[in-house]
Amino acid sequence: MATVWIPPLMRSLTQGQEKVEVPGETVLALIQAIDGRYPGFAARVLQDGELKPGLSVAVDGVVSPKGVRERVRADSEVHIVPAMSGGESALG
Amino acid sequence: MGANPKLDPIRGEGSGNGSRPQPSYKVIGTRPIRPDGVDKVTGRALYGADVRFPDLLHGKVLRSPHARARIRSIDTSQAEALPGVKAVVTGADLPTAEDRFEDLGEGGINLRYLSENVLAHGRVLYHGHPVAAVAAVSPHIAEEALSLIQVDYEVLPPVMTLEEAMAEDAPILLEELRTDEMGERGNRPTNVAAHFRYELGNVEEGFAQADLVVEREFRTQTVHQGYIEPQMATALYDQDGQITIWTSTQGSFSVRSQVAEILQIPVSRIRVVPMEIGGGFGGKITVYLEPVAVLLSRKAGYRPVKLVMSRAEVLMATGPTSGSRIRMKMGATRDGRIVAAEAELVYEAGAFPGSPVGSGAVVLLAPYNIPNVRIDGYDVVVNRPRASAYRAPGGTNAAFASESVVDELARKLGLDPLEFRLKNGAKEGDRMANGLPHPKIGYLETVEAIRNSEHYNAPLEGRGRGRGRGVASGYWGNWGGKSSATAVLNADGTVTLNEASTDIGGTRASIAMQFAESLGIPYEKVKIRVVDTDCVSYNDVTGGSRTTFGTGLAAYELGQKMKAAMIQRLADIWGVSPEEVVYEEMVFSAGENRVTFDEAAKLIERRSTPVMVEAEVYGKKYGPAFSTQCVDVEVDVETGKVTILRYTIAQDAGKAIHPAYVEGQMQGGVAQGVGWALNEEYVYDREGHLLNASLLDYRMPTALDLPMIETLIVEVPNPGHPYGVRGVGEVNIVPPAAALANAIYDAIGVRMTELPMNPARLLEAILAKQAQESTQPA
Amino acid sequence: MPERKKRMITTTINGEEITFLCEPRQTLLEVLRDELGLTGSKEGCGNGNCGACNVLLDGVLVNACLVLAPEVEGRELVTIEGIAPGGELTLLQQKFLEHAALQCGICTPGFIVAAKALLDENPSPTEHDVRLWLAGNLCRCTGYDKIVRAVLDTAAALQAAQTTPTEVA
Repeated sequence: MATVWIPPLMRSLTQGQEKVEVPGETVLALIQAIDGRYPGFAARVLQDGELKPGLSVAVDGVVSPKGVRERVRADSEVHIVPAMSGGESALG
Repeated sequence: MGANPKLDPIRGEGSGNGSRPQPSYKVIGTRPIRPDGVDKVTGRALYGADVRFPDLLHGKVLRSPHARARIRSIDTSQAEALPGVKAVVTGADLPTAEDRFEDLGEGGINLRYLSENVLAHGRVLYHGHPVAAVAAVSPHIAEEALSLIQVDYEVLPPVMTLEEAMAEDAPILLEELRTDEMGERGNRPTNVAAHFRYELGNVEEGFAQADLVVEREFRTQTVHQGYIEPQMATALYDQDGQITIWTSTQGSFSVRSQVAEILQIPVSRIRVVPMEIGGGFGGKITVYLEPVAVLLSRKAGYRPVKLVMSRAEVLMATGPTSGSRIRMKMGATRDGRIVAAEAELVYEAGAFPGSPVGSGAVVLLAPYNIPNVRIDGYDVVVNRPRASAYRAPGGTNAAFASESVVDELARKLGLDPLEFRLKNGAKEGDRMANGLPHPKIGYLETVEAIRNSEHYNAPLEGRGRGRGRGVASGYWGNWGGKSSATAVLNADGTVTLNEASTDIGGTRASIAMQFAESLGIPYEKVKIRVVDTDCVSYNDVTGGSRTTFGTGLAAYELGQKMKAAMIQRLADIWGVSPEEVVYEEMVFSAGENRVTFDEAAKLIERRSTPVMVEAEVYGKKYGPAFSTQCVDVEVDVETGKVTILRYTIAQDAGKAIHPAYVEGQMQGGVAQGVGWALNEEYVYDREGHLLNASLLDYRMPTALDLPMIETLIVEVPNPGHPYGVRGVGEVNIVPPAAALANAIYDAIGVRMTELPMNPARLLEAILAKQAQESTQPA
Repeated sequence: MPERKKRMITTTINGEEITFLCEPRQTLLEVLRDELGLTGSKEGCGNGNCGACNVLLDGVLVNACLVLAPEVEGRELVTIEGIAPGGELTLLQQKFLEHAALQCGICTPGFIVAAKALLDENPSPTEHDVRLWLAGNLCRCTGYDKIVRAVLDTAAALQAAQTTPTEVA
């Protein structure tokens, strides 16, 4: 089960959960799994099957250019973070 | 003048961590002369404004005299009729841009706003916003023509400050703007383009544990990157639809993408030739003139058109970086543990969304391991030029706030500020406010380097009586990005390396050195060139401190591939298997067969297939950088002037490829940070006119304003690079404002919470403190 | 309408007599760069605040952007292109390279011309002398440290060469 960190401004959708553990082999699968548990989550994060503009995803500490297509391991840690101008390079 | 204990011509101050055995390198760590050096000391190097063509036309841009207005109409007929004028363009000549986000440089941008920033479409949003452009046979005629363009403006009240922009009844700059909260769009018009939050642990519980809480509000003003070379572009739109652009940019591929999107032309029809670049610091990523030059060239009958900005245009309409308001609250226990932190960062985006508040919020607390954190960030539009990246975007503003509060906490707890940092400093695995864990980092090592420095241990005469010492730390995440490059083996045993990372600060040297090390040849055998967009595949911009790391990865790979290719060719010539060929000390051998590197190059050209190798990399394991700095100041309490007596910077470089250029980055970042801290600011009048658009009034540091800047290169290797490289370009600008504010407090007991700390502001604070003290009973 | 009629100006640039045509409103910098192709002098500000266009006019350090082209009639100019006579780098240029006293390099021609003027006038400047003299030249990349060191090191080497003539010979 990968661990997805829920951004504070989205935690109202996950009943206040900071982290959610879900199965899946891609970020998209994880988001869909979260949506299964907390309906509305996918709609909040995705637009036309991609991350909404303004959002990025980091898998195991690395911001992924593949977005929701990025593959994850069973022990991966996934963060949804704001993608703002000049921001990507500071996410470490 | 400052204390200068030693003036060694070239210092070899190296690793702050002597215990770790270092691999023995032959090239890396040496200080060779850069490949482009001779051309740059003789005036032969060709920068963007130096290109000359037969039949060249000169362009000029008409800019809005108003900070905010609607354009009712533009009449260009008189300008077009002026003898010598060959073309006039306005926003109407640009195709309608899509309302769509693209990442075309350093971060995403809405194409519609990018286009609107190049030439106004029906509205102007800052003093200096381009409205029209002219191409003529001389720059003077072009300028005359500008005065003949009639623009009918409906002038509107401008929104110049964050307070005005966020007021309930604020005029709305962009009618279509809605607040984006992590992908959720608000439902009413606003000037707040975005709001996000980072949260770890429970802040309320955290503050409940604190014995001491410090809360302050900080302000910083809009500042400019201040590169000495103004923006320029020359374009030729050929009759066959091919476009060539000569420009000075941090990213030729980024220019190509932006021009393609703005003009809706396929990228394959555009070739961008990067000229030498006279400084960028983040400000030469966004295009301003390139699309205009292309439009003018086409309209002027396919003649080349050159546009060069004046310094006033540079200050009015390019750059700058955000002014900001930051509320910072931090709590610690009596024994010196930071237990909670809460902050609100509000950054000016300028006329269009996209301030660096996102990265500012990450930088803010990154040096510390704090269990309970909440940070809110706001991106707010105002009638100022659209903010662009500036060296560690958003970081200086943020660290000014957080590092000032850290200093105050340490003082109130009676702890040495470096001990306090060591006690709370972040290590590998500790989480940042955004939840991401730090990879291997060298923060504590930079603190140790300052603590062990001669400077920090030297007594400061008059300390606390007009003289003071301050320290501060800073973080920058760095970047990796995409690079591609090729290397060609020449028959004389040299190698031509073609790469496309425009060289702002000596990266040709640092890339060639990594290639030489990888292939096991001397640096002098590498001829390195920065080539145009038709010669190699895509490259990300020279930005985010990525080039020596990212394009360095490509150079390493090229060296390995060339070695393998040469071994394969020689094996074929000798009739042995490649595994039998040994390469050592520039000699290839297999049994009886033995050739030097030079002989091999010649032999391969005569008897075998040519050797050209390519590398494409996507560097993702860039190591973050930290810096800790120490400064001594003297404050003249009569005038409020601050004199810097001594400055020392420690910075983790991972591995310094060319130490002299690493020191140069460190010193340059400090100097820019000092300017930001003490003098630089945009000054607008009530109507939104920029009042100080010259280098006399926008006061950057001169040689006389600074002492020598002592450097301590710390080397905690980045495991994500074969030589351990971390980017070194940006983190150095993060701590200076806070370090200076802390030194000023140490000197005279005045806590400055607003930048720049120029004589006027500082004197005001000194007088306020004196007035307060005189009213207090003795 | 400004006067557009061109004037003929004869002057000496880097040891060679040159005649050019210019409009009265053109600056020396504009003529050097756009008419004569001497693009080593750079325009950073156009109003005398950055020093990137420093040239020597009759041996005096000036900003070429503040001199009108017709003013150079009959005078003697040295630009960055004329600093290294015969093409050999001067010691000052060599020291700029050795000390890595440049990053982007746009201000370098101005610094070299200005530093040459300083050393011509004061062969053994103190650090303060160097900083004061070079305060008219802006560099945004280096923080000046390595530039000041390069100039001081040049002065020291030139002094050493003068006091030990045998080594020079």
